[in-house]
Amino acid sequence: MATLKDLFRTKPKYVTVKPVQGEAGPVRPPAPKPKEVPDGLWAKCPGCQSILYQRELSKNLHVCSRCGHHFHVGAMERLAQILDSVETFEEWDGEVATVNPLGFPGYEEKLARTQEKTGLREAIVTGVGRLENYPVAVGILDFAFFSGSMGSVVGEKLARLFERAAERCLPVIVVSGGGGGARMQEGILSLMQMAKTCQAVERFGRSGRPYVSVLTNPTMGGVYASFASLGDYILAEPGALIGFAGPRIVERTIRQPLPSGFQTSEFALKHGMIDRIVQRKELRPVLAQILRLHAR
Amino acid sequence: MVNGVFEWERPLVELENRIRELQAFTKEKGIDFSQEIATLERKADRLRAEIFSNLTPWQRVQLARHPRRPTTLDYIGMICTDFLELSGDRCVRNDEAMVGGVALLDGIPITVVGPQKGRDTKENIRRNFGLPHPEGYRKALRLMVQAEKFGRPILSLIDVVGAYPGIEAEQRGQGVVIAENIRRMSFLRVPVVCVITGEGGSGGALAIGVGDRVLMMENAWYSVISPEMCAEILWKDTGRAPEAAGVLKLGARDLLELGVIDEIIPEPLGGAHRDREEVARRLKEAVLRHLRELMALDPDELLDRRLKKYRAMGRLQEQTAERLEAIRSGQAEA
Ligand SMILES: [Zn+2]
Repeated sequence: MATLKDLFRTKPKYVTVKPVQGEAGPVRPPAPKPKEVPDGLWAKCPGCQSILYQRELSKNLHVCSRCGHHFHVGAMERLAQILDSVETFEEWDGEVATVNPLGFPGYEEKLARTQEKTGLREAIVTGVGRLENYPVAVGILDFAFFSGSMGSVVGEKLARLFERAAERCLPVIVVSGGGGGARMQEGILSLMQMAKTCQAVERFGRSGRPYVSVLTNPTMGGVYASFASLGDYILAEPGALIGFAGPRIVERTIRQPLPSGFQTSEFALKHGMIDRIVQRKELRPVLAQILRLHAR
Repeated sequence: MVNGVFEWERPLVELENRIRELQAFTKEKGIDFSQEIATLERKADRLRAEIFSNLTPWQRVQLARHPRRPTTLDYIGMICTDFLELSGDRCVRNDEAMVGGVALLDGIPITVVGPQKGRDTKENIRRNFGLPHPEGYRKALRLMVQAEKFGRPILSLIDVVGAYPGIEAEQRGQGVVIAENIRRMSFLRVPVVCVITGEGGSGGALAIGVGDRVLMMENAWYSVISPEMCAEILWKDTGRAPEAAGVLKLGARDLLELGVIDEIIPEPLGGAHRDREEVARRLKEAVLRHLRELMALDPDELLDRRLKKYRAMGRLQEQTAERLEAIRSGQAEA
């Protein structure tokens, strides 16, 4: 039997607003709850099989102290690693929410589960913060959220990040880690985000401010083949998987085993696709150096 | 598929063959079969409408891959005159999986580019089955930049499964090249009309697919991922590709609805390969109509419209600041 309360529940959960270009000031959504990656007290290093104490790992920026393997880092933790303090970070466009434009089976359920698990609303967190006191616009893709893949929301938030940065004459740093590339569940609309973000990068470039693209493990497919490849500076963490086609697809196509080190950061550096490989503990100093070189 | 005939169109093809036999018989032996032929033709018409007017997304994918479907060079030959093919990326080599050059379209000088599939096994090997390497995309970009220099409009004819996934392709920066092509193409100061004529496979298609107008043949497909790969990811079974084709919304009508393409070019019943001259005529008419409209715009206006079009692509929803505040303070359900 329907009660009065049930009737109230039928009202829409969201208010739909047409996106307006260059609109509105930042909104502070509920602070995402960062989760330790991976879970538990101990973690096994995929690089050297060592069992590592989670607290030690976290203190070491999630880099294995034995072999240097770089673990995935969540968006909030990454912000804490590169910014002066998370308190100076002001999130942008946290209210932009994902829909299921194709009615793709299971997408809403997977979204809800992922949001619950990660405490994130989408695969990217964008906003403005300070790095060595330089104000900087930042976007961080989180691998834990649909492999950091790009759908409509990621594309839109990136476009707005570059637009707002241009308006405010801020440099931009984007940290990518999206094995999924373009998000399959949003079909062709994901593909179109590649065009949208490439265009946003180019327009931002006319502001004369630098865009630093940081590639982390993995940066593949539609993410790599769009904004991530277009940085004025392209840095990569060591040992990250970087490329267009997935290694399994390449292997199946050429019907040969892949050479060792194929599609790693080191491979990308050797073949001239990136500027530098940067250890995680060096990332903040190198970013600061770039900002210093562009100081006005 | 056997001899270019799909299982689901076999009854029709058999009927059509029977009609041809009777016609040949009439000619050779002088026996009058006109009544039988007329009956069979009526039956064939009914069957044709039945089979082809309700194609599933997967059947359209199959038609888009038909071995006798016109290729990029076939279309160029049918719609252009004075085609002068140009080669090479001025860097690595000439990738024959991508073709391009200058031609006249109804007297208008244009630059035309597009991936090229082979029309037989030998040509397919030379053309790498129409899967371009980075140098193919660089060649296309070089020709488009040349077009911009001379103020020539650009026609991009797209039929590509995807950018080639190989070791050398990755070494030479397949991802970087696609990103650069998308960026540069977005800002070309000449009209760009793209037509998905067959397959539109992901980034490999978009790398030559950013335009003022994007048209699509009725039975073409265009998607972020192939139905086979989607099926493998979803169900670990490429055999379920027909299902995935439905889920991905990769057909022309879906894309028109999603605002990704501007117009559908209707194909003859049963696919472009059944009447090449007719499909070329329709292609030429549509391309010319759009090009003439775009050529009337000044470059600033052209660019402004192009960028606005892509800026608006995507679907999302925004929670208002008030709503989020209410959620945070526990006054509303999340
Ligand atoms: Zn280790």
